[in-house]
Amino acid sequence: MSTIITRRSLVAGAAVGAGALLTGCDKIIQHPEARKILFMGEEMQRGLQRALTNRNALVPEFSAAQMSPIFRSNGTRNPGTPAYTEMLVNNFADYRLRVGGLVDRPLSLSLPQLRQMPARAQITRHDCVEGWSAIAKWQGPKLATLLQAAGIRDTARYIVFTCADLYRGTPYYESIDLIDAFHPQTILAWALNDQILDVAHGAPVRLRVERQLGYKHAKYIMAIDAVASLAGIGKGKGGYWEDNVDYDWYAGI
Amino acid sequence: MNDPARPIATAPVTVIKRHRIATRLWHWITAVAMFIMIGSGIGILKAHPRFYWGRYGANFDQAWTTLDQWPGWVVTLINLLTIPASYNLAISRRWHLFFALVLSFALLGFMIVSLFNRHFQRDLRVRAGELAPREVAHDVREHLALRFHDPKRPAAYNILQKLSYVATIFILLPVMILTGLAMSPAMDAAWPWLLEIFGGRQSARSIHFIAMVALVLFIIAHLALVILAGAWNEVRSMITGRFTVPGHVPAHTGEDAA
Repeated sequence: MSTIITRRSLVAGAAVGAGALLTGCDKIIQHPEARKILFMGEEMQRGLQRALTNRNALVPEFSAAQMSPIFRSNGTRNPGTPAYTEMLVNNFADYRLRVGGLVDRPLSLSLPQLRQMPARAQITRHDCVEGWSAIAKWQGPKLATLLQAAGIRDTARYIVFTCADLYRGTPYYESIDLIDAFHPQTILAWALNDQILDVAHGAPVRLRVERQLGYKHAKYIMAIDAVASLAGIGKGKGGYWEDNVDYDWYAGI
Repeated sequence: MNDPARPIATAPVTVIKRHRIATRLWHWITAVAMFIMIGSGIGILKAHPRFYWGRYGANFDQAWTTLDQWPGWVVTLINLLTIPASYNLAISRRWHLFFALVLSFALLGFMIVSLFNRHFQRDLRVRAGELAPREVAHDVREHLALRFHDPKRPAAYNILQKLSYVATIFILLPVMILTGLAMSPAMDAAWPWLLEIFGGRQSARSIHFIAMVALVLFIIAHLALVILAGAWNEVRSMITGRFTVPGHVPAHTGEDAA
């Protein structure tokens, strides 16, 4: 008899415990200190990856036969702002990519100038934070080439990408550190699958930062700035999603 | 002995030391971590509830299963278990990627300690003869008769128990960790063999999901057997290490009984 009671109370106890743990998880995350600890996971993942693996390792590249039949678009499909639409109707003839911030020689590059730069072509896998993947061919100059041409200063720590689109009314931007900025597969793509980059995928220029998830691959890039700190840009967390929806700034996992 | 489950027990009982501190600590850390991993994993799954085989897979590609094909009770159940309760991919990922480290390093530590304290060699090693059909059939009959402990060696694991623990510790959990890493674009650059062994990132994601289902089935069987084998005694042995067995047993029959 008492065994049965114990058994029942244990089952009930386990169910109550599970329920408490579930609601506890939701409650605890409201607490700023607990949130801080949980959010340290990002720094631990980044630290472990950077400490235990080769920082220059290249992501796998694929053959043309291994590409996705359709590369879906995501996020903003068309910035649709008056300024962007005006550039688009002129076929981006007035487009200038500004490279500035902590550099010795700020640049202002037209699309033909960008397309004349030595380009890297790579067939790589795009991984969305949501879980899907698509394989496509991207082409464009290495970001490192532009940063070196602009004479990036020693005080720079991050590269910030300012985009033409507003996402839910807020300017989209992203940032990466110099390890990823100078990675050989980090390029400013102006072509997708041997076609000029279309609007849905980020025309005229988008970032490819292959070792991170899709939301880091800023589309519709208008300006590239070398900065010492992310404070004071947006809400200071280094990107639209990081600022507004608690996404990890380091999206390597 | 003072067993709260049997306050007026008359039969002689002996209290033996069963689980070591490292085993107990790892068990409870893993229990909490797995609960959070499953809940937050469901939250992440909901962001794209479609599964594919191969290197790529997105909305226009052929999925082998999607959430809208699952029975209603499964969907209700996973909705109940989701962390956080209301859809929030960012927070699910925060829980998942923090507790992934807790789970992984706890397992690594447990494995190292259990090699040194010989828990693996003594208690989990499947010995020659144990897998003989006659022995396995005997253990199946014992399970069906709800007898889980060999009276001669009450603290030892039976063969079905050993096999399920070995499969969980040495196959399912490592597969979860490795398929998890294979989904990381940065880890795929550093360790491209991760993609080779699982056949691409979307295959790794599918295997991650299937191994999770296998772990859930293990947890259900594990909890059911703990209850059937004597819930309080079993749970206490995992908390304090003390385990009550009927009759008089020689002193040295604990977890380390060879």
